[in-house]
Amino acid sequence: MSPLNIKKGSTKHSAYNLRPNFSDVQETHTLAVLVANEPGVLARVIGLFSGRGYNIDSLTVAEVDHDGHTSRITIVTTGTPQVIEQIKAQLGRIVPVHEVHDLTVEGGSVERELALIKVEGSGDKRVEALRLADIFRAQVVDSTLESFVFQITGTPEKVDAFVDLMRPLGLVEVARTGVAALSRGV
Amino acid sequence: MTRQMTGAKMVVQALKDQGVDTVFGYPGGAVLPIYDEIFQQNGIRHYLVRHEQGAVHAAEGYARATGKPGVVLVTSGPGATNAVTGLTDALMDSIPIVVLTGQVPTFMIGSDAFQEADTVGITRPCTKHNWLVKDTDTLSGVLHEAFHVATTGRPGPVLVDIPKDVQFATGTYTEKAKAKVSHYQPQVKGDMETITQLVEALETAERPVFYTGGGVINSGPAASQLLRELVDATDIPITSTLMGLGCYPASGKNWLGMLGMHGLYEANLAMHGCDLMINVGARFDDRITGRLDAFSPKSRKAHIDIDPSSINKVIRVDMPIIGDVGHVLEDILKVWKARGRKVNKEGLQKWWHQIEQWRAVDCLKYKPSGKAIRPQYALDRLEQLTKGRDRYITTEVGQHQMWAAQYLGFEDPNRWMTSGGLGTMGYGTPASIGVQVAHPDALVINVAGEASWLMNMQEMSTAVQYRLPVKQFIMNNERLGMVRQWQELLHGERYSHSWSEALPDFVKLAEAFGCKGILCQDPADLDDAIMEMLDYDGPVIFDCLVEKHENCFPMIPSGEPHNKMLLGEANTKDAIGSKGAVMV
Repeated sequence: MSPLNIKKGSTKHSAYNLRPNFSDVQETHTLAVLVANEPGVLARVIGLFSGRGYNIDSLTVAEVDHDGHTSRITIVTTGTPQVIEQIKAQLGRIVPVHEVHDLTVEGGSVERELALIKVEGSGDKRVEALRLADIFRAQVVDSTLESFVFQITGTPEKVDAFVDLMRPLGLVEVARTGVAALSRGV
Repeated sequence: MTRQMTGAKMVVQALKDQGVDTVFGYPGGAVLPIYDEIFQQNGIRHYLVRHEQGAVHAAEGYARATGKPGVVLVTSGPGATNAVTGLTDALMDSIPIVVLTGQVPTFMIGSDAFQEADTVGITRPCTKHNWLVKDTDTLSGVLHEAFHVATTGRPGPVLVDIPKDVQFATGTYTEKAKAKVSHYQPQVKGDMETITQLVEALETAERPVFYTGGGVINSGPAASQLLRELVDATDIPITSTLMGLGCYPASGKNWLGMLGMHGLYEANLAMHGCDLMINVGARFDDRITGRLDAFSPKSRKAHIDIDPSSINKVIRVDMPIIGDVGHVLEDILKVWKARGRKVNKEGLQKWWHQIEQWRAVDCLKYKPSGKAIRPQYALDRLEQLTKGRDRYITTEVGQHQMWAAQYLGFEDPNRWMTSGGLGTMGYGTPASIGVQVAHPDALVINVAGEASWLMNMQEMSTAVQYRLPVKQFIMNNERLGMVRQWQELLHGERYSHSWSEALPDFVKLAEAFGCKGILCQDPADLDDAIMEMLDYDGPVIFDCLVEKHENCFPMIPSGEPHNKMLLGEANTKDAIGSKGAVMV
């Protein structure tokens, strides 16, 4: 039945598909924003988030099409469904923004992050760090007699887990790229 | 054939190509090459303001009175920063203006040079878009794009920052017709399925109401015409926001008056009690909705807006229609006619009966005083004595603005310019100048309060220089009236800094500026004084001394819903709860 197919004169019962009031549930969404690669475009996007009080959990940006002067900004953000809708609409208003995709609702996505992790230690701890790195498929990209730098790629959760394990084993420093994401399929 | 010319010449050429004949501005070091080009041509008339904020407000007034983009030319640094208030004002009220700023030469950018400011950085959040042009070859393309962005979709202010070396250098000029097609192409046609849903709802609704806003005005005169046709054919009541006054004539039989915080009783109660709300080009602003969880609780809501971010921003709607108001109204009419022009006659009859009862409350009634001029009386008389004339009204911000909206009637769009979203005191005087520039023979009145008026009074000098006969109708209560009203209602009548202990003698001030000054304080003299103002062929400063402690009613206290309105006689003590007090 069409949601508007209501009996003439009836006002007490609405046949509308009445949505619940704005939900308070916080959701995390990954947005892919394709923008013209012009000066200030990142400032516009970031300024929108700070100016309107939205959250940025992670943000990555790089040129993806040199000839077309297009950059891709991947933003992970948290908010109520209404706030997420507003963020997308507000991003869409920015003149150099070409496309906004919500990868979280558009049929799933692959999300990856790269991290470099420096661990200092000797003896058993050093061996244990190397063993865990192997389990997590992290690579050693730099090594001294007292330290390793591991490179790990994976979901943010996987990176988090690896960093947590390294902490008691002599974690010194972490550098993370933030999330890059693409939708699954074509 | 490509045309080579300097950047400065390109600016003038691009403005001409865009059909611009009027520029408001103020020269300075970083725009001298452009001013030199302006000096050497006749197609574009430049109006020298007295402060850059005035230039932007004048351009806003010009834009709102004509529907064409207003153009501003100012220098770098302080010229640009002074324009910021006007830009923000135009952004909030969706007014198309193009601001050109000079900038220090490219090789000095970032060196803290004299009169350098990060203009694009400062104005990024208060423009629809802005550009810093670093290469003369791209300048004309950017200028054409700037006009496109300012006037397409939801209109707004744009800014082009032009370094001085780019103005001096020679480059290739791109004709308007050959400029790169902009990627920015907002959707103007509404979704037909939702439009049909809306028409179905309109046919059966028992208590429908049109809630219209500035989007109708921005869409152009055709949208107002279509709205009138739809309203009159369906016999549905219509109310409007402050921004939309004039889209439906105040003398029209379906007109309920303005809604919102100081809106009319019948308009607000119709919004509260309706079963179908059709929002046409308005944005559910907080001045309109009052308490959100009690806003029009029993209605289905349709929302027509060209800006997708306006939909579901604060109020969840059932029928969102993204598109230009004119296009969507045309489609609604088409579908409604094709389906046999049905309405729920019985329901509407009852609804109108109810509305008549609310109307009978006569929420704007007041008792004229024999001693002091009551502000409502002043505007009532102004309305009676100017009605039917080719009249444009601008206002400042505060009580007088709300009274003007309540007591003056607007029959056509583009005749009412007021700072709605930003609430900029000091808007009205320069805006009146912009309007008068656009319509030299019309009657242009700035309804002002003395405090607001003092904020940009220097622009009277502009009015005198260009013989612009703007009438400054100052309702002088020697108070910041709206602030005082809130302090009375909310802050225990502690009137902290809400009055002026040293006001100028406005008549002498008028004489100092070289215009006419009129003082009126006796209600018996008011008509003659107003006629004297209207008959004078030149700018007038009218000092109308009004009742000092008048409050503006009706009023929805902040934090309350529409049906909790305060009328004039109501006991207003503690009307605003502690929750409402934190709101503005």
